[in-house]
Amino acid sequence: MHMADALLSPAVGGTMWAVSAGSIAYCSAKVRKELDDRKVPLMGVLGAFLFAAQMINFTIPATGSSGHLGGGLLLAILLGPYAAFLTISSVLMVQALFFADGGLLALGCNIFNMGFIPAFLVYPLVYKKISGPAPGRRRLIAATMISAIIGLQLGPLGVVLETAFSGISALPFSTFALLMQPIHLAIGVVEGAATVAIISFVHKARPEIIQEALGVRPVTQRPLRTVLVSFVVAALLTGGILSWFASKNPDGLEWAIAKVTGAEELKGPEEGLHAAMTSFQKKTAFLPDYSFKSATVRTKSNTADNLGTSVSGFVGGLMTLVIVFLSGFLLKRRIWSA
Amino acid sequence: MCSIDGGLLDFKNLDRLADGDTAIHRLDPRAKVLATLFFVISVVSCGKYELTMLFPFFLFPVFMITLGNIPFLYLVKKIAVVIPFAVMIGMLNPLFDRQVLLHVGTLGITGGWISFASIVVRAVLTVSAALALVAVTGFPGICAALERLGMPQPFAVQLLFLYRYIFVLAEEGGQMARARELRTFGSRGRGIGTYGSLIGHLLLRTWMRAERIHMAMLARGFSGVFHTRRQFRFGAGEAVFLVGWGAFFITVRLVPVAHLLGALAGF
Repeated sequence: MHMADALLSPAVGGTMWAVSAGSIAYCSAKVRKELDDRKVPLMGVLGAFLFAAQMINFTIPATGSSGHLGGGLLLAILLGPYAAFLTISSVLMVQALFFADGGLLALGCNIFNMGFIPAFLVYPLVYKKISGPAPGRRRLIAATMISAIIGLQLGPLGVVLETAFSGISALPFSTFALLMQPIHLAIGVVEGAATVAIISFVHKARPEIIQEALGVRPVTQRPLRTVLVSFVVAALLTGGILSWFASKNPDGLEWAIAKVTGAEELKGPEEGLHAAMTSFQKKTAFLPDYSFKSATVRTKSNTADNLGTSVSGFVGGLMTLVIVFLSGFLLKRRIWSA
Repeated sequence: MCSIDGGLLDFKNLDRLADGDTAIHRLDPRAKVLATLFFVISVVSCGKYELTMLFPFFLFPVFMITLGNIPFLYLVKKIAVVIPFAVMIGMLNPLFDRQVLLHVGTLGITGGWISFASIVVRAVLTVSAALALVAVTGFPGICAALERLGMPQPFAVQLLFLYRYIFVLAEEGGQMARARELRTFGSRGRGIGTYGSLIGHLLLRTWMRAERIHMAMLARGFSGVFHTRRQFRFGAGEAVFLVGWGAFFITVRLVPVAHLLGALAGF
């Protein structure tokens, strides 16, 4: 479920970064204010635990593939939403940096899909509603299982929406959704089973831990809900508006630069390969060798020009690559000889 | 990430590279973090058909890797592990986007193939930049930079705790997983039940360990702040680094360098 930078547009990535960074700031303030200081080192060690646990792959029955724990829900059950959200964010950050599991710009999306959704949507609105304040074994299992499945439907939905808004992948929304959701239904069941197994193990071995986690939660249902709702609305609005805006103007950075410099139009894109390619494609229809014999001399010369520019684009591209790697090689040589 | 110990070893290796002492290593981490973020945003902002525009961007990771004296092949291997994901999603582009944008000889190249190639190139660029950043900065350095750039302090402490205990716990997890492998035959003992109690035990051990560690830290006067040995300063070198690369990214993003180069060569 980790998203990569390559599929994101800056508008979507930036929006989700803002949402996730805001949540991190909010949770940090909450954790600092409300929780006893014993919790902070515990969060770190539990993050490390989740990291280790994700490395233990389990076989997904009947499919021959394997998967690992996501852990968002598990930590929310053990630590409560604020601490769990911070912990998962930190795990995702380490994964992004060391394993390139999800990109740096995509970090915001990943934190939202795998941290925000289980901690602030699924945990308070699904899990707590089913489990109640003092759950018995059966209730605990039902709550965990249902929450895991719902969480693993919402997370991939986020991935699909973020990809669709970015518009880099040509995959139509419905096709992508039809690919993602059923697969994650199966994964959700396995995640649920694994989480249930762990939770009921802990429940059996040290029942006070789960009880404590539920009890430690301050009974601030209402503020949490307003914050939550406003976050979701803000995310949907800004995400929707920004990406709609960005899809009208594909070059977010250029747009930003134009705003900063005050120049209304920058000449860059019209000369880019994209423009050359589109104009070339427009002209190819009039190529004399094709069915249109009425091509005039003027379009002919244009075609030749455009053919020239697009070839120069590719040759230039290759040359750029060679120059870049050659410069790296030369730098290296210089260091060694120095 | 097929074996825990393997994954862990890899992790350690990448971070160990940060012990180097080159000009790149000595830069204030803030400059490197900001430059990398700016790099990622510039790369990602290129249109999906603007393939050749992406090529000059390779200069940044190549520069970091060579000047930081990072083994090139090691990073290439790490990048190769993650690329299949981008390939998987991008693979469908040629199926959905069949509009022919370009003719090379008699061969028509569709927009789908061009955007597919650009997704893969983007993935290589962004992943290599992120890995290079860790390799020349190190995780504690990145945390310190982020904290001084305004990241809330509890989250910074959380990141550092996570980092300190990953090795300890992943080693324990590795031991348990190996023990399980040695005791299982065929597919016996590989089910969810075993997995659950395995992780449950790891969790309990972790929990108790956390309590002991915390008491030990309190006994030594821990007040919620980590102190680092190395002090960084944002000086002229950092300013040159940041402004120089920023200018380069903007130029390369706006001026079709590859295109001009090709035209210059007479094509």
